[in-house]
Amino acid sequence: MSGLALKGVSKRFGDTPVLDDISLEMGAEEFVVVLGPSGCGKSTLLRAVAGLETIDSGSIEIAGRRVDTLPPGQRGVAMVFQSYALYPHMTVRENMAFGLRNIGVAREEIARRVVDAARMLEMEPLLDRRPAQLSGGQRQRAAIARAIVKEPKLFMFDEPLSNLDAALRARTRQEIANLHRRIRTAMLFVTHDQTEAMTLADRIVVMNQRRIEQAGTPAEIYRDPATVFVATFVGSPAMNILPVRAAPSRGSQRATLDGAAFETTVPVTNVPADAPLQLGLRPEAVRLCPAGEGAIDGKIVFCEFLGDRSYVYLALSGGGRIVAQVDAGFAAAEGQTAGIAFDPAAAHLFDADGRSLRRAV
Amino acid sequence: MEALDIPAVSEEGRLGRVRAAREAWSGLPFVAPYLTVFLVLLVYPLVSGMWLSLHKADLFGGSQFIGFENYARLFHDDVFRQAIWNTFYFVLLTVPALTLIGLGLALALNTASRWSALLRGLFFSSSVLSVTIVTLIWRMVLVPDGGLVGLPAIPFLSDAKLTLPAIAITTVWWCIGLPMMLFLAALQQVPKDLYEAAALDNSGWWRTLLRVTLPSIQRTALVVVVIETILQFQLFGQAQILTLGGPNNASLPIVLFIYQIGFQRWDIGYAAAASEILFCIILVAAMAQFFASRGRERSA
Repeated sequence: MSGLALKGVSKRFGDTPVLDDISLEMGAEEFVVVLGPSGCGKSTLLRAVAGLETIDSGSIEIAGRRVDTLPPGQRGVAMVFQSYALYPHMTVRENMAFGLRNIGVAREEIARRVVDAARMLEMEPLLDRRPAQLSGGQRQRAAIARAIVKEPKLFMFDEPLSNLDAALRARTRQEIANLHRRIRTAMLFVTHDQTEAMTLADRIVVMNQRRIEQAGTPAEIYRDPATVFVATFVGSPAMNILPVRAAPSRGSQRATLDGAAFETTVPVTNVPADAPLQLGLRPEAVRLCPAGEGAIDGKIVFCEFLGDRSYVYLALSGGGRIVAQVDAGFAAAEGQTAGIAFDPAAAHLFDADGRSLRRAV
Repeated sequence: MEALDIPAVSEEGRLGRVRAAREAWSGLPFVAPYLTVFLVLLVYPLVSGMWLSLHKADLFGGSQFIGFENYARLFHDDVFRQAIWNTFYFVLLTVPALTLIGLGLALALNTASRWSALLRGLFFSSSVLSVTIVTLIWRMVLVPDGGLVGLPAIPFLSDAKLTLPAIAITTVWWCIGLPMMLFLAALQQVPKDLYEAAALDNSGWWRTLLRVTLPSIQRTALVVVVIETILQFQLFGQAQILTLGGPNNASLPIVLFIYQIGFQRWDIGYAAAASEILFCIILVAAMAQFFASRGRERSA
């Protein structure tokens, strides 16, 4: 049985489309993170699943039951809001019990579930405090506890870590991952932060301009991006994208960069020779070597030291720029010329529309 | 060495105090304009009125100190006691009605539609009319012969039992704009997320109103009740124009009593004493509501 099934979901606000033919299926115990930039429609998608927005077409099923015509409270979902949305005049205990009282759960059962959830999140001493008496992290946990007691079929998180500082965000991320391991329920998590997506997700759904760009495991998304958008959105620093031209190839696709030909392991496609392509290279796939020994040469314009590694930014003679990840001990002066080499297996090729040639085979 | 250090430290302390005092006075020019208005238009009249209430005085300057004699007279004055009762009754009729109707209208009109905007303007429009216009309009409604409410003839303005309710209805119609606007402002401050969380918590309209909306706007509700209590204790124009306090003082409020004593019988010291009692009543009522509400907030 699936946790959530979206089939052809579309939505417009007036003349503006906000969701365009979204289809997605997630397992009953799967943790899916919807990742995308601001305005891509990811929060609207979450709100549509919750019933806080109506949809214009398509269908939404949760745990095998069609819910898109049901009110939010009857969909069997619980949501953790970005602002937490705790009722300010109620204690944590009352916040947790409110939804259960509304559906007539017995008093003893409510008390049991509240205590169990509080114990799970180590917040028993905070049960009789009001939200104003809690720190940001404690409010976050109270909001999660309020979701847990409802024992929903689907948990939803709307950028829940964005109001926390960096240290607390990392800790809460681990707590959410642990929580999922313990309760094994479908979780749909929306964020624009790729670190959250990579660390939490069983599967990442990358959205761009109202559509799903790619869905896959974190490793698939990182290693085999379907489009230039996914390639550049996931990974920091972003994947280097350089304009190249297709070269006559047999077996695997060859290309030329600034007049120099190089090999890739991308299986050859029906791209005509000299057609414009885009070469994608992760910074860690780029190796620096003495000038003249690499595929092309570049002039070092900037070095960024990060402690355990450094990023070297190089300007290419053809006008492009490339970032290379090097060891922290790498010694090179700005203004120096270096050779740029890369492993053909790590090279990605995209067509002029930004679609991966690997996937076109 | 120690003996030498002590005067140096105390000298520094003295200079610090002088600097602090100079800094405190340097703020004076900024508060002086308001302070002047406050002292001349509020504090001086308040103290002057209290002093006047201890005199037998008339409008033409004759004045004689008589201690608390005016207050003793007031407590034995049946008309004044009637005026106090009338005023309390009027406050009881109007303040809950203004609060509840104001809240109801705000809840109904707290949407972004054009109709809501139009109706908000319409309901507020009565508030900008002068009391003379309002009472003239309502006189046409309330007068039995030739009034808009023709059948059967109910003597709203001459039946002792109906005059204050009639004035209360007029007042609610006139004053409803302010509470409605205050409640609308408060409702628009309630985060939308809370309503969405309530929807996900399966909370119906009524339960959301009781458990989410009302607790979120309780401070505004207190402000509305206190403001309206202060305003309605000062009922004057409506009673003066509609009934002149009649019949047989059945609609005579305290302020009209003060006006009649001070400016028709020219017994200005006696009127000042009645004013001080009204001041105390309003102060006690407002403070009682404030403390009651604060106590409730703490115990909740």
